[in-house]
Amino acid sequence: MLFVLGLPIAGALVLAAIGHRTQAAAVNVAVCFATLLAAALLTVRVISEGPMLVLDRLFFVDSFNVFLVALTAFVGFTTAIFSSPYMRIEHEHGRLTAGRLRLYHSMFQLFNFTMLLALLTNNMGILWVAMEAATLTTVLLVSLYRTPASLEAAWKYFILCGVGIAQALFGTILLYFAAEKLLGAGGGALLWTELNGVKNQLEPTVLSLAFVFLLVGYGTKVGLVPLHNWLPDAHAEGPTPVSAVLSGLLLNVALYAVVRCKVLVDGSLNTSFAKGLMMGFGLLSVVVAAFLLSRQKDIKRLFAYSSIEHMGIITFAFGMGGPIANFAGLLHMTVHSLTKSAIFFAVGHAAQKTGTQLMDDIRGLITTRPAIGWGLILGTLAILGMPPFGVFASEFLILTTAIHDQPWATPLLLLALGVAFAAVFSKVQPMVFGETTAKRLPYRPAMAPVFVHLAIVLMLGLWIPPVLADWYRQAAKLIG
Amino acid sequence: MTPTGFLSQLLQLVIALLLAPLLLGWVNQCRGWLQNKSAPPLLLPYRTIRKLFHKDAVIAENASPIFRTMPYIIFGAMALAAAIVPSLATDLPFAQAADAIALVGLFALARVFIALAAMDIGTAFGSMGARREMFVGFLAEPALLMVLFTASLISGSTSLPTIVDTLAHREIAIYPSLAFAGVAFTMVSLAENARIPIDNPATHLELTMIHEAMILEYSARHLALIEWASALKLFNYSCIGLALFLPFGIAQGSDDWLAILGATPVLVAKLAVGGFALALIETFSAKVRIFRAPEFLGTAFLLAVLGMLVNLLLGS
Amino acid sequence: MAHTIAGLPLWAQLINLLAAVLLLLAFAMLAQRRVLSLINLFAAQGLALACSTAIVAFATAQPHLYWSAGLTLVLKVALLPWLLHHLIRKLDVRWDVEGLINIPTTMLIGIVLVVFSFNLAVPISQLANTVTRSTLGIATASVMLSFLMMITRRKAIPQVIGFLSMENGLFFAATSATYGMPMVVELGIALDVLVGMLILGVFFFQIREQFDSLDLKHLEKLKEESHL
Repeated sequence: MLFVLGLPIAGALVLAAIGHRTQAAAVNVAVCFATLLAAALLTVRVISEGPMLVLDRLFFVDSFNVFLVALTAFVGFTTAIFSSPYMRIEHEHGRLTAGRLRLYHSMFQLFNFTMLLALLTNNMGILWVAMEAATLTTVLLVSLYRTPASLEAAWKYFILCGVGIAQALFGTILLYFAAEKLLGAGGGALLWTELNGVKNQLEPTVLSLAFVFLLVGYGTKVGLVPLHNWLPDAHAEGPTPVSAVLSGLLLNVALYAVVRCKVLVDGSLNTSFAKGLMMGFGLLSVVVAAFLLSRQKDIKRLFAYSSIEHMGIITFAFGMGGPIANFAGLLHMTVHSLTKSAIFFAVGHAAQKTGTQLMDDIRGLITTRPAIGWGLILGTLAILGMPPFGVFASEFLILTTAIHDQPWATPLLLLALGVAFAAVFSKVQPMVFGETTAKRLPYRPAMAPVFVHLAIVLMLGLWIPPVLADWYRQAAKLIG
Repeated sequence: MTPTGFLSQLLQLVIALLLAPLLLGWVNQCRGWLQNKSAPPLLLPYRTIRKLFHKDAVIAENASPIFRTMPYIIFGAMALAAAIVPSLATDLPFAQAADAIALVGLFALARVFIALAAMDIGTAFGSMGARREMFVGFLAEPALLMVLFTASLISGSTSLPTIVDTLAHREIAIYPSLAFAGVAFTMVSLAENARIPIDNPATHLELTMIHEAMILEYSARHLALIEWASALKLFNYSCIGLALFLPFGIAQGSDDWLAILGATPVLVAKLAVGGFALALIETFSAKVRIFRAPEFLGTAFLLAVLGMLVNLLLGS
Repeated sequence: MAHTIAGLPLWAQLINLLAAVLLLLAFAMLAQRRVLSLINLFAAQGLALACSTAIVAFATAQPHLYWSAGLTLVLKVALLPWLLHHLIRKLDVRWDVEGLINIPTTMLIGIVLVVFSFNLAVPISQLANTVTRSTLGIATASVMLSFLMMITRRKAIPQVIGFLSMENGLFFAATSATYGMPMVVELGIALDVLVGMLILGVFFFQIREQFDSLDLKHLEKLKEESHL
């Protein structure tokens, strides 16, 4: 397990030195692959032997977070593959200098490290530190292009997430405050495993207040409405690999933090306070994002709002609770990561070919580069919930559970999903088909990751391997 | 009213009347030291007052009785205030009247009369000064009242002797709300006594005068009384501040001769330090424009409110 | 809320006083017009925080808090203000701080926030078992005031200072409610703050390069319609 954490750090250091050379991208890919192998080994071990505590209870791996670790390592790996030709093309186009490439590569690895640390740590305080560090590593990446718009996006990202994370700090302090009385002062009181053990003795008022702050704080990083302001800008202005990992991975990790806290609060309060809050925020995000989708003109902003919408759906699912909804939430996390990153890969190359991110100016992708065109249209269909892709399966499960448990929410969900479908499809369809304005690219774009992701999503939609299903069910039980 | 009580009351009044001009001279002396100038002599205010008493008063023809009587009224008010404020001892004969709010009323009375007299003659300077004085006073009074409320929350009464008793003669404790109230009180007394940063006591420039503009028409004995009354006002504010925030050394009760005699040098020492602090503040600040005065006094008011809230929260 | 001051030991009274000073400084920062004074006030806040941590360390015999106090001293009283001064000199910034709403109104809103946070903190502080629990309300209030300062300022540096002083308030809350967080967490937080400041420094230069000014109204152009 230490390899899972140690490899990205080593990679970051190496790439800080040599990041601008041509081999840098290959080194990046290699490090990510090694991380993936380590993560796979860890996953196998946890699934066969159960949860494990490492290094004097500092790190804790159970089926919930090991699944996210595997997902993070995998998407990190495929993003590294994608970014290799992408960044070279950007370099050729003159949008990036050598120094910035070094920064990019080293920060990429460092970002992987912080996310893996956040997932694997047992200490709620370290979780906070890692989340803040994840923001810090990506701030400079968002402003990599140094245009006025990217500077603005990075500033908003920094300030809004900074304020949010300060709320989360206050929530963590309150949590420590409640825990200290039962577990004693010192590091032991912030360990999640310990807290989980005593959660029904923790003070309800303090925990409910702590949860509000934690939800608002970490929820800012998930992109829940009304705290989502930074998300569209950061996704649109940063380089595409950064958008892919932000959308595909960081949002998941932040939601993981929220869910861990929710488990504690549920145990302490025995009411549906936490559930209600999560459902409310989730539903609000879905509806608002769906309606804002039709006003977008920039393709990356469009898919950023789509991310907000999907994170809202997942939050709503976890808010409902119960085995089926949790299962669906976990499945949705997986397929959303894979699909969204695939879309961003395709979009990135499309933007490179046409030189613009405005949807009105991108046309006819399918004629010049069929791979990009097909990738985009299939990805869009996948993310919009068309069967037989996996997203349809998870959304279907969530809707059926909603009809059963929270019938009042179902019409809103259906409406939002329908509006989103119309908005996104109507914008993407002319981009893929129609007269083209694209030009040739100096290097072959790496479209393999796109199709690999989409293939996995398709498979998950049709048939979930029993191992995976079991794994999800275990994790779902943990969430409660 | 015991004889010792009566005597100690008289003593307090006499000391106030005598020390007030000295305080003024001391502040000017400190300012000179801090600004690397040679200061006027320490006893100059006494000589000025004496010189003015020997002159002939020149009064405008259309001056009303208000103009003539105002100096006596404000001198009387300030002297009465000096007798009431417990600078030496707490249980003096006038102590029943020593309510903090009544004191604010006395100061307000003085302010009203000085403004009326300033407008009486009908010169441009007079009315301008009066307007500005009322403006600053209007803003400063709520702040001052708030400070007094905050200070009174600890002892549960607005009577100054009671406050002094509570703070000085029970066990020593640190009251954070008094920190807020102290800062607010300093700001308010700067405004009320026409010191920098609200008003410059040494200026005669048309656009910057407030206090000076109101007394431009006065001469001789009237001017002497007004100058003395201003010095007394500064003295009174200092003594109120000391009674609220640094009451150690004030004798308890009015019968203990030794304690009262001991309280006098303590008072002088505290006033010396206070005067130096005032000179320090004046040296480090610049006079603000009159339009910024609401901000300044608003800050003082809100600080006092904050002190009250802190008191309610911490129980102190 | 009903305990009297005289019953507390001296060190607790000192902590109360330092808490009041912290709040006073947060309020003063709201009323400030000049950037240099803002930085100095922030350094003073750091000093008050370090002192109170050291006092708690002494009184509750927790030596690791001495390290924490030392860390605060080095970071927030020396390093960060120096960094900010350096930035200001390099960027040649000497303006008056412009706010979105004028100062008296800002301070009135500040008072309302203080009342709100005092009310919020009372039930929680009654659950605490530290002697300094009543200062939790003050810590919350100074966090709120820093937050207000962040959202009513239009230039970049005052926003950052507001953010940092929010961090100060949170630290004080931790110290007063629980006698400090575990050391490893405090180290992590300090690291985050330092790295964040460094990144911000780099960032300011980038902004300055692009816009020739640190006025944040240049950074408000990204909206749906106007994004061209």
